[in-house]
Amino acid sequence: MATLKQLAEKEELFTGGHRLCAGCGIPQIIRLILRSVGENCSVVGTTATGCLEVGTSIYPYSSWRIPWIHSAFENASATMTGIEAAYNALKRKGKIAKDKEIKFLAMGGDGGTYDIGFQALSGALERGQDFVYLCYDNGAYMNTGIQRSSATPFGSATTTSPAGSAIPGKTQWRKDLTRIVAAHNIPYAAQASAHNWKDLQRKAERAFAVKGPAFLNVVSPCPLGWYSKPELSMETAKLAVETCYWPIYEIDEGVLKVNYKPKEKKPIEEWLKLQGRFKHLFKEENKGLLKEFQDRIDLEWARLLDLDGKHI
Amino acid sequence: MAKVKRFMQGNEACAEGALYAGCNFFAGYPITPSTEIAEILGYQLPKIGGKWIQMEDEIASIAATIGGSLGGCKALTATSGPGLSLKQEGLGYAAMAEIPCVIINVMRGGPSTGYPTGPSQSDMMTAKWGTHGDHPVIALTPSTVPEILTETVRAFNLAEKYRMPVFVFYDEIVGHMREPVEIPEPGDLEIVDRAKPTCKPEDYKPYDSNFEIAPLAAYGKDGYRFHVTGLNHGDDGFPTNDSKRIDQGCRSIMAKIENNLDDILKNETVDMDDAEIVLFAYGSTARSASFAQRKAREKGIKAGLFRPLTMWPFPEKAIREAAKKAKVFIVPEMNLGQMSLEVERCAPGIEVKGINRVDGEPINPAQILECIEKYK
Repeated sequence: MATLKQLAEKEELFTGGHRLCAGCGIPQIIRLILRSVGENCSVVGTTATGCLEVGTSIYPYSSWRIPWIHSAFENASATMTGIEAAYNALKRKGKIAKDKEIKFLAMGGDGGTYDIGFQALSGALERGQDFVYLCYDNGAYMNTGIQRSSATPFGSATTTSPAGSAIPGKTQWRKDLTRIVAAHNIPYAAQASAHNWKDLQRKAERAFAVKGPAFLNVVSPCPLGWYSKPELSMETAKLAVETCYWPIYEIDEGVLKVNYKPKEKKPIEEWLKLQGRFKHLFKEENKGLLKEFQDRIDLEWARLLDLDGKHI
Repeated sequence: MAKVKRFMQGNEACAEGALYAGCNFFAGYPITPSTEIAEILGYQLPKIGGKWIQMEDEIASIAATIGGSLGGCKALTATSGPGLSLKQEGLGYAAMAEIPCVIINVMRGGPSTGYPTGPSQSDMMTAKWGTHGDHPVIALTPSTVPEILTETVRAFNLAEKYRMPVFVFYDEIVGHMREPVEIPEPGDLEIVDRAKPTCKPEDYKPYDSNFEIAPLAAYGKDGYRFHVTGLNHGDDGFPTNDSKRIDQGCRSIMAKIENNLDDILKNETVDMDDAEIVLFAYGSTARSASFAQRKAREKGIKAGLFRPLTMWPFPEKAIREAAKKAKVFIVPEMNLGQMSLEVERCAPGIEVKGINRVDGEPINPAQILECIEKYK
């Protein structure tokens, strides 16, 4: 694993000057992941429609110092399948040196991954495409103005799950995409967080190293949609992990490993109170929801710990 | 008592119109520039006991809309270009299975992801030919915010009356512009509900060819159970290989439109009696055209405006009539010439001049006036 110094010396493949919001977790994640591609490896990227795509590619500017394509909303994985096949063909024809190492990175937000892009993702995983899929999960459709997705946390207010007299924000629990992806029996799937660069870097290196599909699900703070303070973004991401809302773990060749176990699991309120989207949960009449939230996290965390170190 | 007037956005007026028409089911997916419709209905429908669902993608949204309608609800979905492309299979199904539903398409630049925040009128042919097979199409094209409200109501009425999907197509400019809108009181506008069967459930045939438009039972309600399929089907809804019935079915879904043109067509004409220069314009472009037409008349130019509020079926007869006196049709549209082809078809031998803009900017009155002056 590269040291911090080595990382810092590596070429920046994702440049500054992009249009992502102040405090957005995405650029940090992408920079780190692109720095984790091995020495002498090239990387080709594709991004689904979303904040990352719009924020980094409006002509005449581009943040990408890699070959990069945006296709549409639902098909980053399918597009990457075609790209991978094309490079393989170029290698077969001798137009690219056969031993040249090229890595393929497909990227999408939670809408483009959990929802509309899920079928294409599942297809690519099942076919065993040799690529890394990165989901930057900010928990809603932020690019179109904060609509709920199947990654949106329970109780969260969005423009399509507004907190009011009919419902107290989103009434469903988040889809456990990391486990669903792992159920495709791919070599590597992991959950990580924008704040823990060391863990994320190691996971990205591993994801690029394995042969076959690898999946990274990274929680990415969104001050705009979370109604959180931009300067507290990394703190907010950290609390998602410390409260065990977003456990960081990996499933490597079928073996699950919890990568971080907080010494003292913080109450979920610690994470919720930093975000305006959960403001209504602190009203007297919603006390029960807070408990429901905590109970569910406790249950999921206990289940995860049960699986720690096991072949699943 | 004076009617309530509210200053609102086009998409807001659409949601108001849907609620007025009795919409009680919405399934959708976030897409710019139509998302406000979903957001507003997300607030409003639960309050009146309606059902609102955000689906996981565009395909699922049209499928749920069809399901909601079959269950007896007045169902709506809203989208924009890329979503409209994805919805095509479901739209063909709704036409084939004769399911009433309303689809709002707020037009942004295309093709593909295009220009999500910019206006366009480039989906007009997608409305007509987007899904495969011969299928009936009704598409309405309002130009103003108040008209979005009333045309959304009319769309529901037509959908319910003719058992088919009905489109409301407007560009992003009208969708996001704000104007005062008079909110109609109950009873001000006609509301049509689909015909319900009066026969016993065991005798019910969902595609009974004795009717021009067979009554549609709420699926499974009050014992009405029936078969629904996208395959060619007989009176009972079950798939059929009977070539006569297939032919009859294919023709009858089209005949619903052809036999009811007077009821479905709607347009506004200005100074058409002696018009030699006819402006054919719709959506926000019609507003620029209207201004240019007035200016031209002030200059003594015999210009008229033909503004279709029903674009599909195409106002063929009216255009043929106008073509008798016109020496030129000017068709300004924010695409590279879609409706101008239809005008050409109906005005053989007459020059049809398109003013086309696809840079995400509106066509302005000066541009149209300049073109008019060339033909005076």
